[in-house]
Amino acid sequence: MGKKKEKKEINEKVDVEAVEIEDDTWWWLTHKGIGATFLCISVFALLVRVAVSLHPYSGAGSPPKFGDYEAQRHWMEITLNLPVLEWYRNSTGNDLSYWGLDYPPLTAYQSYFHGLFLRFFDPDSVSLFTSRGYETYVGCHSSRKNDCAWHIAMLLLNPCLILIDHGHFQYNCISLGLTVAAIAAILSQRELLASCLFTLALSHKQISAWANLFQDKTDGASMFSMSVYYAPAFFSHLLGKCLRRKNPIHGVAKLGLTVLGTFTVVWWPYLHSTDALLGVLSRLAPFERGIYEDYVANFWCTSSVIIKWKRLFSVHSLKFISLTATVLTCLPSMVQQVMAPSSRGFLYGLLNSSFAFYLFSFQVHEKSILLPLLPASLLALEERRPFKWLMFYGLFSMFPLLCRDKLVLPYFALHALFMLLYHAPCGHGGRPRNARPNNTKFDYFDSFKTFMNGFIYLSSFILHIVYLTMHPPEKFPYLFEAIIMLICFYQFALLAFYTNVKQWSLLEHSTTEEEKKLI
Amino acid sequence: MESSSSTRQLLWFFAIAVCVKLLLIPAYHSTDFEVHRHWLALTHSLPLSNWYADETSPWTLDYPPFFACFERFLSIFAHYIDPQIVDLHNGLNYRANSAIYFLRISVILSDLWLLYGVYRLTKNADVKRRYLIWVLIVWSPALVMVDHLHFQYNGFLLGWLLLSISFLQEGKDLMGGFLFAVLLCFKHLFAVAAPVYFVYLLRHYCWKGLVRGFSRLSVLGAVVVAVFAAAYGPFLYHGQIQQVFNRMFPFGRGLCHAYWAPNFWVFYIILDKVFSFFLKKFGFSIQIPAASFTGGLVGDSSPFAVLPKISPSTTLIMVLLALSPCFIKAWTNPQPRMVARWIAYAYTCGFLFGWHVHEKASLHFVIPLAIVAVQSLEDAKHYFMLSIVSCYSLFPLLYEGQEYPIKVLLLLLHSILMWLGFSTKFTRASAPNTMVTAKKKGAQSKSIESSSPAAEKGGFTIGWVGKSYLLGLLLVEIWGQFLHPYLLGDKFPFVPLMLISTYCAFGIMYSWIWQLRWIISTT
Repeated sequence: MGKKKEKKEINEKVDVEAVEIEDDTWWWLTHKGIGATFLCISVFALLVRVAVSLHPYSGAGSPPKFGDYEAQRHWMEITLNLPVLEWYRNSTGNDLSYWGLDYPPLTAYQSYFHGLFLRFFDPDSVSLFTSRGYETYVGCHSSRKNDCAWHIAMLLLNPCLILIDHGHFQYNCISLGLTVAAIAAILSQRELLASCLFTLALSHKQISAWANLFQDKTDGASMFSMSVYYAPAFFSHLLGKCLRRKNPIHGVAKLGLTVLGTFTVVWWPYLHSTDALLGVLSRLAPFERGIYEDYVANFWCTSSVIIKWKRLFSVHSLKFISLTATVLTCLPSMVQQVMAPSSRGFLYGLLNSSFAFYLFSFQVHEKSILLPLLPASLLALEERRPFKWLMFYGLFSMFPLLCRDKLVLPYFALHALFMLLYHAPCGHGGRPRNARPNNTKFDYFDSFKTFMNGFIYLSSFILHIVYLTMHPPEKFPYLFEAIIMLICFYQFALLAFYTNVKQWSLLEHSTTEEEKKLI
Repeated sequence: MESSSSTRQLLWFFAIAVCVKLLLIPAYHSTDFEVHRHWLALTHSLPLSNWYADETSPWTLDYPPFFACFERFLSIFAHYIDPQIVDLHNGLNYRANSAIYFLRISVILSDLWLLYGVYRLTKNADVKRRYLIWVLIVWSPALVMVDHLHFQYNGFLLGWLLLSISFLQEGKDLMGGFLFAVLLCFKHLFAVAAPVYFVYLLRHYCWKGLVRGFSRLSVLGAVVVAVFAAAYGPFLYHGQIQQVFNRMFPFGRGLCHAYWAPNFWVFYIILDKVFSFFLKKFGFSIQIPAASFTGGLVGDSSPFAVLPKISPSTTLIMVLLALSPCFIKAWTNPQPRMVARWIAYAYTCGFLFGWHVHEKASLHFVIPLAIVAVQSLEDAKHYFMLSIVSCYSLFPLLYEGQEYPIKVLLLLLHSILMWLGFSTKFTRASAPNTMVTAKKKGAQSKSIESSSPAAEKGGFTIGWVGKSYLLGLLLVEIWGQFLHPYLLGDKFPFVPLMLISTYCAFGIMYSWIWQLRWIISTT
């Protein structure tokens, strides 16, 4: 008893000393160190994922093609039963029109292993363990443990990713996990490892037919997407760093060899004959799709309300236009990274280049918003408000897609969960309690926000309800989708502009500070 | 200001739990779902006099009248949402999404009552203790499994119990007694603690001189009688009271449920089996009873081969005997701060020695014990073990493959949270100090180094016995899930369940002995 009292007294003393800790809800959670916190949150994240996967997956019970789940199952079947070279060929045993393999080889290997292990191998574990690597980096740099716990929660409980992977049934988390690993490697100055990991991420999956653009060229490295969204940032950052070395050519050559070597290993079975290689490549680049599908909140889709791109230009010229637009929007952030490569600048660069791809590239799918979301969640500690903003509208832009998949309940539950965790008591949330020096630039952004945000938040909330309860007028069956798209595009464009400005304003800060952070 | 922020935080905890529970809506639900749906239909479409007489479905109403009224209240909304839910005949086995969503959400919302109970209990506790209690009760995996997966309204009922305890702890005995009487009219299984309530209230509330004491006794008696009259009066008026009691106390059920609850009788049965096995080996002729325990329900014939038959009255006497130290303590030294322990102890006894006990009944003492779990290091260690064991013993409730990862992750998360919370709460006094200084420097690695040795010395650790016991749980689970089907195939399908209940029975027995020792030793 006496001991308890004594402890209480000491506790009180402690409280006086550090008010910050006193009303800290999560003191006990972070007390044991980052490892335990990480374990705890990741178990919770796993629980949420398992719970989401109880809900119907994409195409469940809708013959004849059944959707993504059936596709994955079919690939397991193919990869288990057919020899490697047959995987991408149309044959009696392999009917390509029925969910032919159209992902790059690493996905095929993965299907193979899935077939072997019968899903005992959980794709999440990859992304979990790799983001762990990132967290150890962040852990060293953030002064408050609470920040770290909050950040881990934001990373692992990304509602968009959970909904797409476990509701919609896909394996995005693996390629994103590999990308996170690559980012972590770059942040801890291991460029060779980073380029190797990123190449793996590249060959893991294609999300859109962006690869079409490069079809004429013989460059195999650019054939596949998803992580291609990040390629400009990786490229410019690594280039910028190499240029600052004593021997730039040597550095570039080393990185180039690593990339080529990894590619060779992954694509080995297909390199024996040009026929096999071309077979794979043609499967990876579906031509028949147009510049946009459905209602994606990117530039082409949004502007098509006024300008009918598909009618005005041929597919080929559209490809060229979209390539030019994408490169042009990527360019500022690339230039910044080549000029002054820095860790934070790199993260902003990732965000900007993926935004550029999302907004302007050819054939973007709704779920591509995951790609800008990843660097945004890595930057969540610095860009708190924009992160929440992006998450909100990213989710919103996927709402029609998820409605079609009958994932309305998980959508709202995860949305609420995210908002709750974001506004965790005594976490960060809305209260800017500890004004960080970096956040002083918020002013012009704030005035924007107060002007428009309230109105748009409100209208998007109403749109949710309207979309669920009302039928659109017969004349415009996709009226609500179009409105959602317009709102989201406006937000995304604004955010992309803002992050570009932020990245360039990093230059104004004394570069010595950045250098110190790097070391 | 202080209280409003704490309410907000409690609501935050609750909201997180709600999000997870919402995600779990499409998961497996047991026949209890149809039971409750049928009760909605029954109370909605029949007059009060027929509630307990109806036999449209095998799931007849067997809860006390207040619960029936609660179902009647819910059925108003159910009718508004989808009339087929409350249709007595067309609604049988109705499993449309509307029914599932409505019933699941009604459980989630009725948990608000539990939340209020927790709030009342913890509003004067200090901050860190409060958070821990919230984590233990609001995020309880056992409640999620029983209420939100298996489907029952335990959270709501436990809310009444916690409210009653909170009033008793504040010294407001009359209110506490009133709430307990109401609880009994919701679910009569809670009556196990009634003797403890009786002794405590008689001594603490009424034993104040002859005149004052007598008047208080009559007030208390009047309150309790009024509650029971409100519940059973209408049925008495309609001449249904005999029928109500027939339904509420169905005799002819066996000593044990189909799946043995991990209690004392498990040992008794196994001892019987062992005896009969050896006696047969030595040449005695033993009649193996027809009704085997592993076969499911047990009839009237004695299921035991060697040991004497157990009758309901035997179990009653055993429960009362086990409770007697508690009576003595409550009589000699009635202290409000001990009430929660005594009540939890009573439910433990009822669980261990009771007749036809359900494994779900372990909630009745695990949840109240969470209140005292944060009071001392010893309590925390005991609660850590008990909570894991009781949660694990609920695993067979959810037997489908789809829910397997969910229950495992729930238990895992709960254990991690408990371990983190307790080990932070009960580190050596010096540890927080070094923590803060280290934290101020921003050197996080240093703080880990400085705090972990302290934790080892005097903090929250589990001895090797506890560790090996928990490891044994893991082995039992691995055996039941993987090795048994692999090695033995379909033979002896009852063995994994038997192993679980036997192994968990050790843990519950330990908890009972620990609680008994605590009750006897405190002055």
